[in-house]
Amino acid sequence: MDLFELLNFYIVPGVVLGSIYALGAVGITLIFGILRYAHLAHGDLATLGAFLALAVVTGFGVSPYAALPVAILGTAAVAVGIDKVFYEHLRERPKIVTVMASLGIALMIRAVVQVVWGVDTQTYTRGIVRPEDYFGIRVRDRELYTILAMVVLVGVLQLFLTRSKWGKAMRAMSDNPNLALLSGIDNKKVVMLTWVIAGGLCAASGFFLGINTELKAMMGWHMLLPMFAAAILGGVGRVEGAVLGGLIVGVAEEVSVLFIPSEYKAAMAFAILLFMLLVRPTGLLKGKVL
Amino acid sequence: MELLGLVNYALFMAIFICIYALLALGLNIQWGFAGLFNAGIAGFFAVGAYTSAIISTPPADGRIGGFDLHFVVGWIAAMLAAALVAWPIGKICLRFRSDYLAIATIGIAEIIRLVIKSEPALTNGARGISSIPRPAGDLAYMESQIAYLVIVLAVLIAVYFLVERQFNAPWGRMMRAIRDNEDAAKAMGKNVEFRRLEAFIFGAALMGLGGALFAHFNRSITPEAIDPMVATFLIWIMLILGGSGNNRGAILGAAVVWIIWSVSEIATDRLPTEYAVQAKYIRLFLIGLMLQLVLRFRPEGLLPEPLRGDQRVTKSGTDQS
Repeated sequence: MDLFELLNFYIVPGVVLGSIYALGAVGITLIFGILRYAHLAHGDLATLGAFLALAVVTGFGVSPYAALPVAILGTAAVAVGIDKVFYEHLRERPKIVTVMASLGIALMIRAVVQVVWGVDTQTYTRGIVRPEDYFGIRVRDRELYTILAMVVLVGVLQLFLTRSKWGKAMRAMSDNPNLALLSGIDNKKVVMLTWVIAGGLCAASGFFLGINTELKAMMGWHMLLPMFAAAILGGVGRVEGAVLGGLIVGVAEEVSVLFIPSEYKAAMAFAILLFMLLVRPTGLLKGKVL
Repeated sequence: MELLGLVNYALFMAIFICIYALLALGLNIQWGFAGLFNAGIAGFFAVGAYTSAIISTPPADGRIGGFDLHFVVGWIAAMLAAALVAWPIGKICLRFRSDYLAIATIGIAEIIRLVIKSEPALTNGARGISSIPRPAGDLAYMESQIAYLVIVLAVLIAVYFLVERQFNAPWGRMMRAIRDNEDAAKAMGKNVEFRRLEAFIFGAALMGLGGALFAHFNRSITPEAIDPMVATFLIWIMLILGGSGNNRGAILGAAVVWIIWSVSEIATDRLPTEYAVQAKYIRLFLIGLMLQLVLRFRPEGLLPEPLRGDQRVTKSGTDQS
């Protein structure tokens, strides 16, 4: 096998898949770092985002990319709403209770998707897209957009977290909640902001998975494990770590097909997760361990 | 005739309640005693079901076994196999907070699902394993149902007394101490990780046994027999509604939730087909909502955990790190 074959069939799809995982993993790492629990409904929130975009596409006949901002806003609103209705009153209880609640939320979101959009697989657009050739590396437009969108969204988020007042407040809550609260940071606003960001990125992740493959009710649930593996691999609480982790998990899954039966592709994320917990639970970029 | 059908249905339901009660007891050891979050119950259930099936079926072509051994051997093997799967997961994840265990158990359930689907040599693929011998299965239909109910009930009662005894024994006290205040338990010289591992493995073994009982009752096991998410979630809501930390609560919860679940299935099956599929998902939505409501308004469940000793301050589980 030559280098281009490896790049075209394994590395490029891996990076695309990795970008999709990264978008979700950033949200997971933020929630893990700031609110301090594992949010198990994250994958299904991504499913919801993907289907919201589908509703806009089929309802108004616009291009999928025009539907993306609507899906991002809609899912962010849903995420904030879920937090207000279901998670907020569990804040004083042990965090694991919220983890349990989020498992129930995952089931509920999926049920809503299945009731509203049915259980058949769907797509945003029909027809086959041929990849374009860039110096021997073949990439489809939508794959390019996926990677670009991930870089832009995470870049903007990183700027927000490091430069703006509220971004700094979020990082402060992640580093030391007691000290942050003492210095007068409004916990409620930080929590809300976290959900807006996590929900929005979730929708983007689901949308790009949908546009690169297809939409189905279980699409998000199957992304949950790789997204968590990415967040832990990169280091919990580290945004750039989640991106790095996402890319590694995505590429590892695609390349693994060369060595193990393709049915077990999904097991790669699990193997990475256990391996990291075993040898370096803080992740590649020194994150937190809860 | 109508009455006979009703009795048959009641028997069927009672057997399922016993099996689910067993699973809920297993989860109670993990969550109620030790505060461990297992989101992969269906995985351990499947391991138990397939192990017992392989051990006790007559030899078949194209897959390992069957070994045609007595069903009791199969049940014991099911418990051992489930424990064996739980061991490495617990070993790696129990050093951390239970969130990691939750993710890892979702993962292991997913891997087990993949193995079942793609290793025909082990599980006979999508067709599954059939002709699993059922204890007292040679009798007439009604007698055989009654006989199986008696067997399952006997297992459940035996397990209940064993678990209840553990709960009141020093071991149970120690587990609750670890759950409620890990640091204090550590300071008292308790080996927290090892004890958690014990609880995790015991619970998983019971889930394996539940899987075996299910497989022998159905006489077959296929990959479609268990929807991982639904099975896992039903057992969680059973335990939480019944009262985690209370064995009788776990059994009561299993009965209540299973009755609601299957009666609502009868109701939705009467709907015209175009609504029946949607109704199935509405039921899932409602069961998820039920968990949220219980967590909010009655977190201690129908039968709260019995408090022993000093009852002045019982604020448990302040694990804010």
